[in-house]
Amino acid sequence: MTQTAVSEPTDTPQAPGRARRGAGDRSIAFDVVAHILLILWSLLVVLPLLWVFVSSFKTTQEVLGNPLTWPHHFEWNNYVTAWNESGVGSAFINSVIVVGFSLVIVMVLGAMCSYVLARFRFFGNRAIYYSMLAGLTFPIFLAIVPLFSILRNLHLLNTLTGLILTYVAFALPFTVFFLHAFFKRLPYDVYEAAQVDGAGEWRTFFQVMLPMARPGMASVAIFNFLGLWNQFLLPTVLKPDDSVLTQAMAQFQSQAGYAVDFGALFAAVVITVAPVLVVYIIFQRQLRGSVVAGAVK
Amino acid sequence: MTASTGRPARPAGRGRRRRPLTFDRVSFFAVFLGLPLVIFAVFVVSPFVQALYYSLTDWNGFSATMNFVGLSNFVKLFQDDTFLLSLRNSIILGLVVPFVTIVLALALATVVTVGGRGTGAVRGLGRSNLYRIVSFFPYAVPGVVIGIIWAQIYDPSRGILNAILTGIGFDSAKDYPWLGDSRTAMLATIFVIVWSFVGFYMVLFVAGIRGIDPEIFESARLDGAGRVRTAWSIVVPLIRDNIQTAYVYVGIAALDSFVYLAALNPDGGPQNSTLVMSQDLYITAFTKGQFGYATSMGVMLAVVTLVFAAVVFIVNAVTGGRDKEGRR
Repeated sequence: MTQTAVSEPTDTPQAPGRARRGAGDRSIAFDVVAHILLILWSLLVVLPLLWVFVSSFKTTQEVLGNPLTWPHHFEWNNYVTAWNESGVGSAFINSVIVVGFSLVIVMVLGAMCSYVLARFRFFGNRAIYYSMLAGLTFPIFLAIVPLFSILRNLHLLNTLTGLILTYVAFALPFTVFFLHAFFKRLPYDVYEAAQVDGAGEWRTFFQVMLPMARPGMASVAIFNFLGLWNQFLLPTVLKPDDSVLTQAMAQFQSQAGYAVDFGALFAAVVITVAPVLVVYIIFQRQLRGSVVAGAVK
Repeated sequence: MTASTGRPARPAGRGRRRRPLTFDRVSFFAVFLGLPLVIFAVFVVSPFVQALYYSLTDWNGFSATMNFVGLSNFVKLFQDDTFLLSLRNSIILGLVVPFVTIVLALALATVVTVGGRGTGAVRGLGRSNLYRIVSFFPYAVPGVVIGIIWAQIYDPSRGILNAILTGIGFDSAKDYPWLGDSRTAMLATIFVIVWSFVGFYMVLFVAGIRGIDPEIFESARLDGAGRVRTAWSIVVPLIRDNIQTAYVYVGIAALDSFVYLAALNPDGGPQNSTLVMSQDLYITAFTKGQFGYATSMGVMLAVVTLVFAAVVFIVNAVTGGRDKEGRR
């Protein structure tokens, strides 16, 4: 008892000899506090989002009134206004195009590059790997001004192509860094067997090695998707007209100060957030697996 | 052992060296390595390198010529009161945000995993899955949109925060501008950024804690360690590396913070109380057209970021992080 007392709080109300029950009571107390903490945090996360959702059905008149009331009737028009008039609709489509193309390209290029870096020995291999790592940590703001002029010189400023190429380039270090570990772990005898069977390097990669790296590809793709979908700085600087979703949202908010269509602003937030949240809830099991993979690495 | 897993590329490489350089192999290397590296070099490496040069010029972004001005941009930075204010604000964010985020995320992650009844191995708190799913939500929301949501919540008249506060009797909260008053603008901003980060790192730490050998928890309980002590003496030391990595990442993001402030206070807030380096840089470059001067701000931001990362690594090593690593 004296030995355990050192590690236990001394104000235990239980009599000596009932330490075991005491520990049980305390763990219940711990659980109660734990649940309270977690419920509080969950509410803090969910309530703002719920409030936005409810407010997206209010008329602007109602939004300007008491923020705690329920909408009188569901103002679906907010969604129509947000989609058509505020440019959120076309920005949404732009976002899908830009993120879709960038994601496919960066996953293919990233897989190829990390495969070569992980499986072949050649001069400069390490140097390339470490420069990728540096690209991962340097603040993007250092690059943003020269990047602007590089795209202007290539006549890619304000084009979807320019934006896609930049997205690919800045998602590449992360992709290579994580897939590198994955390709490194793949068994070598499979590679040799493919070579012995006469498959060239191209076929070996696409038909043998790439399918084996599928779990790693899936988790990196999820994080790349979120990162690119949420990207704000690059499109703001490199593609000021005809924007992507995050940018359209920022513009909408700064206009809302004058036009005061707050119902539509809330609807636009829901349009932006809801698809990703729904997909996340459906795939959260896989995503959790990928976080584990990242943490173990 | 070393032959099969250590450096397996050796035998394969020797086998291949005998083969001639076929079109297959040449095209393979050209495309697999060349293509990604060209894109990386043009859009990532070259802007970073160019930035170092531009920071020494007076380039305005559009003229064909620029003058080499040496370090005068940097001298100017330290006489520029607005920049020094933004530097101060960025450093505040870099100090407060990672600390609060990591402590909160760690507390929530510990509570999820170390809780739960039973005296055997750690089973984790019942129904904790729902908490984890919900906490992760902010990570799926773009930073700008998080800013927009909270700008609406903080709004003096139509925001829900003041409605709740006046509802429960804080009459002074009526029409109080959280983001428009220099006393609270920074605090309100920090809260939003922390709100957006905590869930992701909580999930990351939960994964890390689950990776700890259950027998360690078991023996701790047999030795009579309580839940709190288990968390402090076992969980924290064993996921120390995860904590360090997370700390650096949150810090880098906090030193940027551009996305959140673009929605919360795009102009720097009341008396520039929330102006950060990234905003000052953006305004200097794309509104004022002083590209050379703006890039020198970028260099400063990079220096602050690297110093921050170095400090985290040093503090972790000094407080015994390396010790633990050696023992594993």
